Amino acid sequence: MQISAPVREPLVTGGKTIKDVTYDISRHVEAPPTNPRWLLAMAVSLTLLAIGTYAVFRTVWDGIGMWGNNKTIGWAWDITNFVWWVGIGHAGTLISAVLLLFRQKWRTSINRAAEAMTIFAVICALQFPILHTGRPWLSIYWVFPLPNTWGSLWVNFNSPLLWDVFAISTYFTVSLVFWYIGLIPDFATIRDRAKGPIARAIYGALSFGWTGGAKTWQRYESVSLILAGLATPLVLSVHTIVSFDFATSVIPGWHTTIFPPYFVAGAIFSGFAMVLTLMLITRKVYKLEDYITMSHIELMNIIIIITGSIVGVAYITELFVAWYSGVEYEQYAFLNRATGPYAWAYWTMMTCNVISPQLFWFRKIRTSIVATFILSIIVNIGMWFERFVIIVTSLHRDYLPSSWAMFSPTIYDVGVYVFTFGLFFTLFFLFAKFFPVINMAEVKSVLKSSSSTEQINR
Amino acid sequence: MEHPIHIDERYKFSSGLKKVLGIVLIIGVVLLAGGIIMGVMGVGEHHETSTDAANPLYNLKEASETPFTTQGPTEMSPESGVVEHDAAHGDEAHPRGSGNAAADAATSHAGPTWLTRLYSNFWINNLFFTGLAIAGLFWVAIQYAAQAGWSAGFKRIPLAMASWLPVAAVLMLVTWLIANHDLFHWTHEALYDETSPDYDPIIAGKKGYLNTFFYLARMVVFFAIWIIFFYLIRRESMREDIHGGTSYWYTLRKYSAIFLVLFAVSSSMAAWDWVMSLDPHWFSTLFGWYVFASWWVSAIAAITLIVVLLREAGYLKIVNANHLHDLGKFLFAFSIFWTYLWFSQFLLIYYANIPEESIYYIERLTSDYYSPIFFINLFLNFLFPFLVLMTRDAKRHSIFLKIVCTVVLFGHWLDFYLMVTPAVMKDFGGFGLMEVGLILIYASAFGFVVMSALTKMNLIPKHHPMLQESMHHHI
Repeated sequence: MQISAPVREPLVTGGKTIKDVTYDISRHVEAPPTNPRWLLAMAVSLTLLAIGTYAVFRTVWDGIGMWGNNKTIGWAWDITNFVWWVGIGHAGTLISAVLLLFRQKWRTSINRAAEAMTIFAVICALQFPILHTGRPWLSIYWVFPLPNTWGSLWVNFNSPLLWDVFAISTYFTVSLVFWYIGLIPDFATIRDRAKGPIARAIYGALSFGWTGGAKTWQRYESVSLILAGLATPLVLSVHTIVSFDFATSVIPGWHTTIFPPYFVAGAIFSGFAMVLTLMLITRKVYKLEDYITMSHIELMNIIIIITGSIVGVAYITELFVAWYSGVEYEQYAFLNRATGPYAWAYWTMMTCNVISPQLFWFRKIRTSIVATFILSIIVNIGMWFERFVIIVTSLHRDYLPSSWAMFSPTIYDVGVYVFTFGLFFTLFFLFAKFFPVINMAEVKSVLKSSSSTEQINR
Repeated sequence: MEHPIHIDERYKFSSGLKKVLGIVLIIGVVLLAGGIIMGVMGVGEHHETSTDAANPLYNLKEASETPFTTQGPTEMSPESGVVEHDAAHGDEAHPRGSGNAAADAATSHAGPTWLTRLYSNFWINNLFFTGLAIAGLFWVAIQYAAQAGWSAGFKRIPLAMASWLPVAAVLMLVTWLIANHDLFHWTHEALYDETSPDYDPIIAGKKGYLNTFFYLARMVVFFAIWIIFFYLIRRESMREDIHGGTSYWYTLRKYSAIFLVLFAVSSSMAAWDWVMSLDPHWFSTLFGWYVFASWWVSAIAAITLIVVLLREAGYLKIVNANHLHDLGKFLFAFSIFWTYLWFSQFLLIYYANIPEESIYYIERLTSDYYSPIFFINLFLNFLFPFLVLMTRDAKRHSIFLKIVCTVVLFGHWLDFYLMVTPAVMKDFGGFGLMEVGLILIYASAFGFVVMSALTKMNLIPKHHPMLQESMHHHI
């Protein structure tokens, strides 16, 4: 028996019926891909991709020297971007897995797109370590424990970078399977509605012969729960191990025990911001205001406050303990962050990540589409700077003052970053056009208990 | 339905239970007295503390006799055998071991005696039971903030647990005022005096934070905040029982959100103050969250245990196997979460191997006495709940929950024991009548306070807007 308390906000508004759900979401998949707005979006994404491809080409052809990295700052934009993209992916897994385990029904309207975002973000993230090997075509030999007869050296199991390979590949696989299994019933719906033989054949193949029988649904639910159980430790492990890349070292500013949980919180923080950026656009363009309601946006904003505050507490803890430790190098690392040549980056990070999300305490701001959209982008900028601050400011002045240096990115650093943006948005817009952006089957399951006839604050 | 739900039910603190708690208290007092007598007479301690306690080097000598099976990365001065906290600070000015015992000896106190051990036990129990109380309030607050419906039926249990807070505040403050020099090495004035031979530049550098006035002010402020929010949340809850309506729920959600923000800051700082500063040279940024995780798991175990026991006593029929299942999941998941934080802190310190950090684990791993406890801690708090609560059935049956909750509660007490004792008692820690006795006294007192608090409220928040969801909770 499903009961909803009177204090709960409806999850679907506008008095939608099950038929409406199917129609509202399938129609975008069924429409011909000639919508001028979509074509424009694809054109922009493909342009970015093309520009970026040139930067990638030059990087591979001429070598990593095309980037601004130097002997003091051996890691800069590449790892910053890698961590940033991996972090963005986390919200998808949190929404699909953790919120499923916590039985948060509001996840049903946003999980599909968030999971898609996860997968595309991880693909973008992978570009950086692969390119940084210098010879991407050989990297497969270098990152896996293959015998020396394959021409590679045995991997170092003590290195967190190798743990990353295992963690991220597992995470990617599970996320992909999770996402795809969720898509199967919806593909079947589209297959059943398809008018043309080609569409029917393609969506028929994609739906794996889904019948919608009671037994099939039962298995679908069991598999979802098992995958959610698997994905939950994975979402923690991935960013934990990413944080180990830094924290296992002895570099002041990198080595600190709070990194694992704080990186996870930061990842969810940035991921939710990106989900909001994407969903606010999708919602508007596809007129999905009854499914992604204001209360969905509000709840996501509340998660941004929580994770943003956790990150804020972690920043302050790091700062305090650096002083408290009495270790000169620790103290200097943080003093240098806040007042050194990269202070502008540090204060950008502080403003964007700690101060700006606190604006969501005001109901007016967290229920404003425009404010949410702007803040979601600010948070993503802030989280990029967080990684930049951690990586570059810790490296540029460490134990040996004679090796102190500054980092400035080259146009190719920027170009490779642009490449991943092009890749991400190309994939996302293709997804938004050809796949159902909302999980129809799961929205239908909450329709009876959590729907309202009102149309609230469009 | 098998058992009718009494929406108006009230808890009656039966004389039977009072008797049980009374007996526990008496046993506790007897054991504690026995422990103290043994301590005074110097019997039954695993080190002979009676040997030349006036000699500041007595414990150094003692420690050098302890065979170090693992060669730690930290410098060990051959003549003392005591690992130096400040090895990596590059300071040659004070080559003595900077443990409490040595400094205490140097600054007018004898080494850790039975009295030190008694104080350290009070401190451990203060930390543990304060944790149960405040994490109980945290539970209530998080239910409102997260708009959780399933738990509405038994929300009064964690709320009642928080009524220990005023008692905890008094106990904590009194213990600190009496025992600060024995527990907290940094409270010795000489450490800050540059002319003193005991001058410690590292601790002196922390004076802005670690000084008696600021420390006590923080303690008072934290307890004040926690107690105020406990009263506010309880008051609104009681009003809701009388008047009904949804307005109280919204007020409670607001209070809860404010409390959570304040708690996020105060819980971490409390952990630095009350636990981390026992080892005044050592630091770990994760420590605040680690202590929080320990408190949180303990509170989940205590809530589950009380709910199960009340149910068996014929109360709380609103709680069905589905609620128990969810409580079991919480216990399972947050035991893993605690382990995650434990592992993160351990691995990073182990891997980087920086002496001023790794000393914490070296003290606990190279001691023949503490190293078994170190692994027992992991077994009780991770492997045991992880393996036992793995299946669905285990989480739905009272007997498994009762066993796991009891084990986990003791496990987390032991976790605090392992945080406090090596710092205070150095190599002279022990586990005997004194420890068991004081646990029983605290547990019994906690039981009295919580159960009496429960009698003063409706057991079920009958006008909670989500009560219907909770009643029909089914997974």
